[in-house]
Amino acid sequence: MSNIDFNHKVVEMKNITKKFGDFTANDNINLTVHKGEVHALLGENGAGKTTLMNVLYGLYQPTSGEIYIREEKTSIEDPNVAIKKGIGMVHQHFMLVQPFTVAENIILGMETTRGISLDMKKAVEDVKKLSDKYGLYVDPNAKIQDISVGMQQRVEILKALYRGAEILILDEPTAVLTPQEIEDLIEIIRSLTEQGKTIIIITHKLKEIKMTSNYCTIIRRGKRIDTVKVSETSEDDLASKMVGREVNFKVVKKEREKGNTSIKIDNLVVKDNRGINAVDGLSLEINSGEILGLAGIDGNGQSELIEALNGLRYVDSGKIFMNGKDITNKSPKEVLDNNVAVIPEDRQKRGLVLDFSMAENMILENYHKEPFSKRGILSYNNIENFAKDLIKRFDVRPENEKIKAKALSGGNQQKVIIAREVTNDPDLLIASQPTRGLDVGAIEYVHNALVEQRDKGKAVFLVSLELDEIMNVSDRIAVIYEGKIVGIIDAKDADEKTLGLMMAGGGKDGE
Amino acid sequence: MLNDIGFIIGTSLMYAAPLLFTALGGVISENSGVVNIGLEGMMTIGAFIGAAVGYYVGNPWIAFIAAGLAGGIFALLHAIASVTFHADQVVSGIAINFLGPGVALFISRLLFNGSTMTKSLSFSAKMPRPLNGLFRSNSFSDIIFNQYATVYLAFILVFVMWYTLYKTKLGLRIRAVGEHPASADTLGVSVTKIRYFGVILSGILAGFGGAAMSIAVVSNFRPTLISGQGFIALAAVIFGKWKPQGAMWACLLFGAAQGLTVYLGGAGVINISSQLLAMLPYVLTLVVLVGFVGKSVAPAASGEAYEKGE
Repeated sequence: MSNIDFNHKVVEMKNITKKFGDFTANDNINLTVHKGEVHALLGENGAGKTTLMNVLYGLYQPTSGEIYIREEKTSIEDPNVAIKKGIGMVHQHFMLVQPFTVAENIILGMETTRGISLDMKKAVEDVKKLSDKYGLYVDPNAKIQDISVGMQQRVEILKALYRGAEILILDEPTAVLTPQEIEDLIEIIRSLTEQGKTIIIITHKLKEIKMTSNYCTIIRRGKRIDTVKVSETSEDDLASKMVGREVNFKVVKKEREKGNTSIKIDNLVVKDNRGINAVDGLSLEINSGEILGLAGIDGNGQSELIEALNGLRYVDSGKIFMNGKDITNKSPKEVLDNNVAVIPEDRQKRGLVLDFSMAENMILENYHKEPFSKRGILSYNNIENFAKDLIKRFDVRPENEKIKAKALSGGNQQKVIIAREVTNDPDLLIASQPTRGLDVGAIEYVHNALVEQRDKGKAVFLVSLELDEIMNVSDRIAVIYEGKIVGIIDAKDADEKTLGLMMAGGGKDGE
Repeated sequence: MLNDIGFIIGTSLMYAAPLLFTALGGVISENSGVVNIGLEGMMTIGAFIGAAVGYYVGNPWIAFIAAGLAGGIFALLHAIASVTFHADQVVSGIAINFLGPGVALFISRLLFNGSTMTKSLSFSAKMPRPLNGLFRSNSFSDIIFNQYATVYLAFILVFVMWYTLYKTKLGLRIRAVGEHPASADTLGVSVTKIRYFGVILSGILAGFGGAAMSIAVVSNFRPTLISGQGFIALAAVIFGKWKPQGAMWACLLFGAAQGLTVYLGGAGVINISSQLLAMLPYVLTLVVLVGFVGKSVAPAASGEAYEKGE
């Protein structure tokens, strides 16, 4: 916390306004960041935080306003100017060339050469030196496609440092990381500020702001709401400033009524893409009227389990019974016909057809039924009326059923999927990481939708990597480790420590 | 018998050269992220300009360079459409394939009294054979190694292209633009410049490929001269996994098919109709693409227009 040098204003953005046509993305925003500071930009999806940073990085030109870098007025026409001024940006979606090595990615555009040839030996040495200096471990000779997401992020940070960045902008840096990788990143941020670097983090995760940042500027609908000292502000305060209303972190649930077995998974074995047993003799029962949360560290078979339940992945042995009916190795359509609905892990890849309109996405599963089509001809009138109704009921924004799915924010994309899946009135709703990448307002919405299903007496299977979410929403919690359920506990009795131990393979009560 | 084998190898090399120039063009264009299906059209215009300039100027090298320029100009059209205006690269390439032969025939009729064939080149206007006389006439080595200058040049270019793509700064940037243009862009590498470079160079090479046919393998241009060789070169790019050395092996295979066709057609070894024999290289192309290519991975951004801020 003591790395800040208040005598040096490294970045000063004064009265920045950025308009896209009639839309004002940034409205008269002021931002001051000192040397050695970690400054968080907090706001909901679409609040204008990334736009503001794209202005600072030269990707956009401000409509009005001034930027001072090290107290010197600067006009940043393009990223090259930003790089020269010592500004580096790590984009949310990594800008890495997959088949290239780590070193090649880092030197691209600023290559080390010997005569007409590339000098890769020197490049590898330079990268090693840099990575040692800041404690950013990477393997310079590994290809990007073969390394973990966490290492890819370190490569991105090194790319900026290699270009002499003093100010690092991190756009949603934890969105794609596992909990362990997030801890590593927090360590890296600390080490960078100790060496005099300044960091601006764009995020909507309150917990991480508390863990990393000194100051936080809150942006709502393009306007700066406040800049606060993080150590003196509670998470609740941050959240209500960001959303503009009180946010309930605690999900309110009625007492649960014990229901019948909805789905029964018996000794299931499923292989992953490498042919290894990812799900390895897993048994689990979920009852109607309950939310069963599946906790576990990423890569312990969760994805493969969901895919098997969904009918997307071959079951090697074991059985799945839905309402007593065998649905093992049935096609996704047959699974759907057995009243199982899935909110998939990757909403952009599996949940939506991004180039289809919102209305078309909403009938993806029922397009062949009346009233949406008759004798093979789609009836767009009925489809659009149906969509309009869902948009109202599920509060999807913008209220335009003709807009393409890819133009929606993450939260609204998820609402479209939930609307589609829930209106099928499924007996079992499987939700795989349903709040990944969403802001608190949208998370609250998703959680309420899950609880609503449960209260209707349906079964809900929630798979999540976020322990908070699991503990908050579930009635019972099952823990998966290496493809097996290592224990099931009542959510009332659950605490982070017990679950953490079980997730690491420690078994219930640390057996 | 030995001389028969020599004849097949020699002919294969001779027929591989035009394919090789063109395929190298395909390699550089695709690696920069632009699909160049217009190779056929660029090769055709190169073949015509080479033969026509050769006939009027009488110098094979001036003809060769003119052919490259002609291919380059057609490639420039492709670059303007697909890079600057983000047009569909396949559609733009198909347009080039209609334009190339069309323009060639049009100018041919103007220059050569309404004929769609150019007049035959004199011996001095043809591509020289630099190693002529080095070997005993009609010996095994002579049949194989006494080739037109374009054949040696094509194989030298394979090495030059490989070195450029994998060992130089320019190559790294070209491949980065073909794989992940946004990444290159954020690091200050101009996607537009690199793609223009790649596409224009591919046209120049395809033009060379056409000329390697019209002023070396044969001595004039006629409408059926190229007929599909640009596409075969494109197949060689894919079969060769978008690498110069891979494309070389593929071109040698397709060249061998041509060589075999010529041998079987001429020697009367077996009695097959020449029309069926002429199908051999094309059938081989199909078989290879269907059967042996498997999972070859194209540059990730090949075929996609790059727009900032996406």
